Amino acid sequence: MSERVEQPGRRLTALAPASRQAQKTEAPRSVRRALLQRFLRNRPGVLGLVVIVLLIVLAIFAPVVAPYHWKSQEIVNRFAGPSTTHLFGTDELGRDIFSRLLYGARYSLTIGIAAVAASFSIGTLLGIIAGFYHRFDTLVMRLIDVMMAFPGILLAIAIVAALGPGIINTIIAIGLNEIPGFARLTRSMVLTLREREFVVAARVTGASDAEIVRRHVLVNLMSPIIVFASLRVSTAILVGATLSFLGLGIQPPIPEWGAMVSTARQYIATAPHTFVYPTLAIFVTVVAFNLLGDALRDTLDPTMRD
Amino acid sequence: MTQYISRRLLILPVVLLGVSVLVFLVLHLVPGNPAQVIAGPDAPPETVQAIERELGLDRPLPEQYARYLGRVVQGDLGRSLRSKRPVLDDVLDALPNTIQLTVVAAIITPLVAIPLGVVAAAKRGSAVDRWLMLVSMLGITAPIFAVALGLMLVFGYELRLLPISGYGGPIWTLDGLRSVALPAVTLAVGSVAVMARLTRSAMLEVLNQDYVRVARAKGLRESIVLLRHGLKNAMLPITTVIGLQVAYLLSGAVVTETVFAWPGVGRLAVYAIEARDFPLVQGTVLIISVVFVLVNLAVDVGYAFMDPRIHYD
Repeated sequence: MSERVEQPGRRLTALAPASRQAQKTEAPRSVRRALLQRFLRNRPGVLGLVVIVLLIVLAIFAPVVAPYHWKSQEIVNRFAGPSTTHLFGTDELGRDIFSRLLYGARYSLTIGIAAVAASFSIGTLLGIIAGFYHRFDTLVMRLIDVMMAFPGILLAIAIVAALGPGIINTIIAIGLNEIPGFARLTRSMVLTLREREFVVAARVTGASDAEIVRRHVLVNLMSPIIVFASLRVSTAILVGATLSFLGLGIQPPIPEWGAMVSTARQYIATAPHTFVYPTLAIFVTVVAFNLLGDALRDTLDPTMRD
Repeated sequence: MTQYISRRLLILPVVLLGVSVLVFLVLHLVPGNPAQVIAGPDAPPETVQAIERELGLDRPLPEQYARYLGRVVQGDLGRSLRSKRPVLDDVLDALPNTIQLTVVAAIITPLVAIPLGVVAAAKRGSAVDRWLMLVSMLGITAPIFAVALGLMLVFGYELRLLPISGYGGPIWTLDGLRSVALPAVTLAVGSVAVMARLTRSAMLEVLNQDYVRVARAKGLRESIVLLRHGLKNAMLPITTVIGLQVAYLLSGAVVTETVFAWPGVGRLAVYAIEARDFPLVQGTVLIISVVFVLVNLAVDVGYAFMDPRIHYD
C-alpha cells in the first residue's frame, strides 16, 4: 500500500529551497498572504480542506450533531434503507448508520493524524541524524531497509498481531509503518542541504550542530515534509481502516469505519447500504487529504505542478 | 553495475537478519506473558509452563533468538499451535495459491494499464483523458477491501457471473480461472491505476522528442508513431513500475485473500493472528518478507542489466 503514494515524496526533494523565503523575518506576512492566495486559487485543494475541517467539526460535535447515539439499537427496525428518519439507513442491530459514521470519524481521523504525527517526528529526526552525521547514516539506513523489507501493511499487521487490537496499538503500528518514508525523504534533503552555502557559512561562523539543524536545516525541510505528511494521512487512514476491516485494529461495536465495513461484509447481498456508506466515508476522507496534499505541494512549489 | 549488484548482495544478509530479528521480536511484543496469552486467561499454570517450554520462552532473550535463527536457517519454522503441523508445511501449501493470484494480477496490470495510458496520452487534454485520469485517481485511492466487496456484489451476487469466493482449482482449469477472476482484478485495480498514469506521463515525455516530430513530419500513421516511436521508448520507465507493482501486489494479497477466502499466505497470516497462533504468524510474515526482498532484488538487478545507465545510491 505504501508504494502507491511513494512517488510524490521523491519529487518533493526538489522543492526544499522553496520555503527559504518564509524564514526571513522581514516580510513573513506578505509571503504568507501570497501563499494563502495561491492556495485559495486551487479549488480542489480548498474543497479538500473544507471537507477535512467539516469532518473534524462533525467528529468533535458528534454527540450534538448525530440524531442517535452510536450504540442505540432499534432491533425491529434493522436493515432499514435510507430515509428521512435514518439518513443512511440502519445496520444489523437497527443502529443509525449516519450517527455511527459521525462518531466513527473520531477514530479514523485520530488514527490517521496521530500516526502520521508520530512518524513525522520520529522519521524526521532519524532522517536528520542519518543525513547530518555520516557515522550514523549506515546504521539508520539499514534499519530503514529492514523496516521496508515488509511489504506494505505487513509490518503494521505484524505489530498489531503482537500488541493486540485497540486504538493506541493501531496508531503505534501505523506510525511505525510510516517512519521509513519520512526518514528517507528527510535524509535525502539533509544530504543536499548540508552542502549548501548558507549551512557551510553558518558552520564557519561557529554555529553548533543543534543551531544549524534548528535554524537552517529544519526550516528548509518543513514545507516538503508537511506536504508529504498531508498525503500520508490519507494512507494512514486507509491502513487503519484496512486493519480494522481485517479484524485486527479497532473492533466492533466501536463504529470505526473499517470495522463497520467489516461487519457489513456479511450483509452486502441483502443490505448493501450498510457497506456503501462507511466505504464512502473512508473514500471521501482519503480523497480530501489527497486533494489537500496536492494543493499544498502546488502552493509551496508551483514548479512541481504537473 | 557489478559494483551496484555486489553491494545489493552484500546488504541482503543484513536485511534478512534484521527481518528475522523483527519477526522474532513479534512474539515478545505481546503484552504480559505470551504463553499465558496463547493458553488463554483461564489456563492452568501447568499448561502455561508447557507452552513456555515448547517455545523456549523460559530462556534468556539472546539465547532464544540464536535458537530461533538456528532453526529457521535449517527450514524449521516451528509448529503451528492449532494444527500442530510444521509451519513451513502450512506456508508452502499456501504459497502456490498466492503466487497464482499475484501472477494473474501481474498479467492483467500491463495489459489494461498500458493501452489506457497510451490512449490518454494520445488524446491529451480531451474528455477521454480527463476521465481516465479521474478514474485512475479513484483506483489509487480506493481501499482494496472496498473494491473487493464492490466487485463481489456486482459480479457475484447481482450478475451471478463468477464465484463469490474460494479457490476453484489451478488457474489453468476453467473453474480455477473463474475463481481467480475477482480476486485478481481486485488486486490489479490499484496497480493498473498507477501504471496507467505512469504510462501516460512517460508517453507524453517521449512524444515531445524530436524523433517523434520527425516521424510525424515524414507522414507516418499516428498509430505507428504512437506505438513504434512512442511506446517503445516509453517502455523503460513503465517496466520499472512493473517491478514495483509485483511487490505491491504481494502485500495487497493479504487483504484480497482474506476477503475472497483465497487460501494463500496472506489469509494464512490473518488467520494465524486471529487464532493467536504466534509461530504461524512469525512464519508467514517471515516468508512473505523474504519473498518480497528477493523479488525486489531480482527486479533491481534486472534493471541494472537492462539499462546500464541506471545507477542507484
